[in-house]
Amino acid sequence: MALFEARHLSKRFGDRVVLEDISLSFEKGQLSGIMGPNGAGKSTCFNVLTGHFPPDRGQVLLNGEDITGLSPRKIAQKGVARSFQIMSLFDELTVLENVLFAVPEMRRSGMNPFKSVAGDSASIDKAVKIVEQVGLAPNIDARSINLSYGQRRALEIAVALASEPRVLFLDEPTQGMGAEGRDRLLELILSLKRKFTIIMIEHDMDFLFRLADRVSVIHWGQVIAQGTPDELRSDPWVKRAKLGAPADA
Amino acid sequence: MSLYTPLIANAPGGAGARAQAWVTKPMLVTLVLLATFPLWAEHVGLYQYLGIEVAVWMVYALGYNLLLGYTGLPAFGQGAFFGAGAYAYGLSYLHWGQNPYLSLLCGMLAGGAAAGLVGCLVAHRRGIYFALLTIACGQVFWFLAMKITSVTGGEDGLLNIHRPEALKDNVTLFYFVLVVLMLAIVLLWRLVHSPFGKALQAIRMNETRARFVGYNVWLTKWAAVTLSGAFAGLSGGLLAIGQESAYPDVMSVHSSGFIVMAVLIGGGTVSFWGPVLGALVFIVARDLLGALTETWLLWYGLLFMGVVLFQPEGIAGAFQHYRAKLAGRARNKAPPPTIAPEAENGSV
Repeated sequence: MALFEARHLSKRFGDRVVLEDISLSFEKGQLSGIMGPNGAGKSTCFNVLTGHFPPDRGQVLLNGEDITGLSPRKIAQKGVARSFQIMSLFDELTVLENVLFAVPEMRRSGMNPFKSVAGDSASIDKAVKIVEQVGLAPNIDARSINLSYGQRRALEIAVALASEPRVLFLDEPTQGMGAEGRDRLLELILSLKRKFTIIMIEHDMDFLFRLADRVSVIHWGQVIAQGTPDELRSDPWVKRAKLGAPADA
Repeated sequence: MSLYTPLIANAPGGAGARAQAWVTKPMLVTLVLLATFPLWAEHVGLYQYLGIEVAVWMVYALGYNLLLGYTGLPAFGQGAFFGAGAYAYGLSYLHWGQNPYLSLLCGMLAGGAAAGLVGCLVAHRRGIYFALLTIACGQVFWFLAMKITSVTGGEDGLLNIHRPEALKDNVTLFYFVLVVLMLAIVLLWRLVHSPFGKALQAIRMNETRARFVGYNVWLTKWAAVTLSGAFAGLSGGLLAIGQESAYPDVMSVHSSGFIVMAVLIGGGTVSFWGPVLGALVFIVARDLLGALTETWLLWYGLLFMGVVLFQPEGIAGAFQHYRAKLAGRARNKAPPPTIAPEAENGSV
């Protein structure tokens, strides 16, 4: 059984149909990609899967459990974490704190005024490990607003990892990054592959094909092709539409 | 400059240790300065009752800053909870056996309950909508206090809430309020450094992110509104002891504005101690300016505008800048690092 599954999702905004009967399934431990041109409905698909919008029709299943229409918080608490296409961090906070806030034990300790954040060394140790894992150890005390673009991307991923996700969604991780940053990010995501179930939207086809086990191509709100990167390279649809080719290529 | 004390990885001491402490140096300084007030107040032309109002407003302002400073929620109807606390104190004191401690608890609960109710309506909002809704809710309470004459005494207020024997004179009452203030300070200090306090600040910085990380944003904001309302109710009860009465005037929009101005002038957006400074400046300015001219609010308003224009981070902010400057100067005085000539030419 697939760990995460979408069945017959439909979503419209006004009279614009953005998703039309989309079904996707993601296996545990795999890195799955979603690609498609701008405006194809990728981000909406992501937003529906992670609870940002409820779908008009269809179901979202996590490990067989129906999570359709639950709030982002509930979905997050069930173990679905995401990074944002538009980077969304706590700017005033340091790298460590951004990660620490997402550690579930920290969140769950809730309103106890007799507990001190600075004294919760178990959570802090955990956060430090995650910061090291994404290669931000030298910047651990830097405020996130002072990080470079690529470092902020890595921090986005670290924040998502901190919640010990069962499923990790990455929304266009390479967006706005130069070639060098892209290579470093590729390494980071490769190092996470197999440890987590990752679902990634990306319109950089090369980047995605080097990482993904399976890729689904979305266009006009529908899944038009699905398969391993090798299968897709020879797919006439993908070839013809040059989907995902960088605009400047 | 920020309200937020960054947590530095693996660095014992400094900000991290202070954030874990129950009692800090500024607390002791505050305690000493305030505790000696009755000894020197009259020598500098002040009077004993003033100390009570200052300490009461400090409790009020500290509680309010949980919303304004920490959660970034501009509440403009806080006076409603302050007033609710005063009325609840007065009514329970008059009708339930004249026990001031029980009545203060009633005041605190009434402030918290009123705020909890308002919180249900406003907790899903932020920014300007939050502000407008709190004004509207505050007005409802003010209107009720004015109109339910049989309970609240209407425009005249609730009179003849005589002080209990034990707290009869101003100095004793001042020390009582001071104890409450210090307890409030310690409690709030712990609260803002607890995971809950950090969640408040996370919501201020990025509400969407906080939600996706798994925080219950609505409940956290509601709790902040309710808690700060409870502190307002507590301080309202204390004021009712001091004034021996409870008036609807403290619930009006312009009275609610005072607490916002006081906290901003003090620097509540950048410092835990901002509200304490702000309450001090506000009450003393009200008294000194008020003694000179009837139009003291005009001058206080101009002072407020000056602060917003030239020192938006308030007194505490100015102090922090000054300290940062001093630290910078000290660093510049240190001998410059010696650089090998080839490195100087080679790098950059």
